[in-house]
Amino acid sequence: MDLSRRDLFAAGGKLLILASVGATFEQITGAAPPSEAYNMADHWWGMLVDIDKCIGCGNCVRACSRENQVPKGYFRTWVERYQVGEDQQPQVDSPDGAIDGFPPNTRAGVKSFFVPKLCNQCKDSPCVQVCPVGATYVSPDGVVLVDKNYCLGCRYCIQACPYGCRYLHPDTNTADKCTLCYHRLAQGLTTACCEACPTGARQLVDFKNPRDPVHEFLRRNKVQVLKPYMATGAKVYYKDLDGSVR
Amino acid sequence: MIPGVDGFMYPNEVELQWGLLIVLYPYITGLVAGAFILASLERVFKVEAVRPTYRLALLTALAFLLVAPLPLQLHLGHPERSIEMYLTPHRSSAMAMFGFVYLWYLMAVLLLEIWLEYRADIVHLAQTTGGWKRLAYKALTLGSMNVSPAARRIDDKVGFAVTVIGIPSAFLLHGYVGFIFGSVKANPWWSTPLMPVVFLFSAMASGIAGVLLLYMAAMKLKKMPIDMPCVDTIAKYLFYTFVIDFSLEMLDLVHRTYEAGESFRSLDFMVHTRLWASHVILQICLCTLAPLALLASTQLFRFSEAKRRGLYLASCLLVMIGIFAMRWNVVIGGQLFSKSFLGYTSFKVQFAAREGLLTAVALMILPFVIFVILVKLLPPWPEPEPPA
Repeated sequence: MDLSRRDLFAAGGKLLILASVGATFEQITGAAPPSEAYNMADHWWGMLVDIDKCIGCGNCVRACSRENQVPKGYFRTWVERYQVGEDQQPQVDSPDGAIDGFPPNTRAGVKSFFVPKLCNQCKDSPCVQVCPVGATYVSPDGVVLVDKNYCLGCRYCIQACPYGCRYLHPDTNTADKCTLCYHRLAQGLTTACCEACPTGARQLVDFKNPRDPVHEFLRRNKVQVLKPYMATGAKVYYKDLDGSVR
Repeated sequence: MIPGVDGFMYPNEVELQWGLLIVLYPYITGLVAGAFILASLERVFKVEAVRPTYRLALLTALAFLLVAPLPLQLHLGHPERSIEMYLTPHRSSAMAMFGFVYLWYLMAVLLLEIWLEYRADIVHLAQTTGGWKRLAYKALTLGSMNVSPAARRIDDKVGFAVTVIGIPSAFLLHGYVGFIFGSVKANPWWSTPLMPVVFLFSAMASGIAGVLLLYMAAMKLKKMPIDMPCVDTIAKYLFYTFVIDFSLEMLDLVHRTYEAGESFRSLDFMVHTRLWASHVILQICLCTLAPLALLASTQLFRFSEAKRRGLYLASCLLVMIGIFAMRWNVVIGGQLFSKSFLGYTSFKVQFAAREGLLTAVALMILPFVIFVILVKLLPPWPEPEPPA
């Protein structure tokens, strides 16, 4: 085949663009979308949060609210801003869950960072343990869900969650929480919050997918879960989590 | 800035999930357990002095037990689904066991013991009354009309066995309620293995005080003399029980203070601010130390009967209020601080809401209404013969 230098550069450029689009898609969705029918047993979902990448814009909170019709004043996800001085006593705010972002910093000379929060999709979830009728459960693909047609609305699960991730939905009178946008996962899409994040601070991950970048990420970075002493088997991993974060 | 919130709360924590009705739930079950344990003093431990309150204590326990599930039922987002707790209980859930513990206690212990105790009276009333009463009493005999001395001896033996089973059952009923709170590891204000034990002894104190008050009030209303050896003995048991209860609560407090764990600073601040009035002033000072001092004085000094009655009345009222305050401080206090330990919210009781003050008052009046009906149906004392 007669290939001129010009053709070679053109083909290389196209390949590069295609690869970039592919990589970006991979980054946005975390895992590659399943090509076949969704099989729960093939997945084990979680999330990576890179605190240094979060800019506190609140896009994730707005996207979640829109996607899941979260009632006003309640949050499936929210963002906290930590301002920590030398004394390591944090000052934290999250105005309206940061749905409109944050006002300017109020303290000078302190380290400041944002911490996105959501259900930790715990493997040994206290909320699942305490539900008197089993209306809340861990799905075979590792997502903690609530059957709103079965939930009594006793709110024991809300008390049992160490992370404050649950609330009683004012319309259904049942417990409600982040589902990791389960309706999207099954279609091979990522969560609304991950999709809306402009910096890739949130990454949906599938621990059962050997090609998922999470494996490399966990090998190369220092990660932590929230309140590890609660031993809940949380599956939301935070990169470079400060010790002051609760 | 959110009204009523200081510092930082997780955004879903601002609103309290368990309100006044959940305060009533352990309070009412506590009265049941306490009243039953008082009844068992006579039946099992042969404390004959408290015999005049035996039947009264059983009826008190039943009246409150019948109301005990109502606060929970009214609190549920979907009360119509509560049957699912029986049909598909989630075995790992402490709360799922409530229905079974409740039914066991109601059907296998309390109703059976009351029936055995009253069986001869019921048979007698079925034969001597007329109209609908006769029908009601006949139904209550369950077809068992034999009240021969031999049959009564069997009643007595079975009744004894039921009470023996009933004591651990009463412990189970209320210890279990304490476990519902004590096992929530996410909440350091609740999470302590002492919680079931503290709940149990406070239940005994409130139940004993409740029966003593009812007995004195009933005697006053019926213009019958108060059996002083009986009330003296009950007051003595109330004192002992309350001392144990207070010691356990102080043990918990001292332990937390000495350990000064991660949550201590937050909880300490809460006790010194939001819970100061209800916990320190009301529960500890006014309604624990004061009645303990009053009850101790009746053990140490000789007072006239009238003075003793007054002291018992004041002590019992204070104990009842104090145990209610304790339930309040556990249930409400446990939700006033953030699980981030960085902030506090506040709680205001609504008046005319499903879980408001009006409902709570109605739920607290209801057991007394049931009690009056039970006393009419099954008189705890020998009724004076009507004049010929």
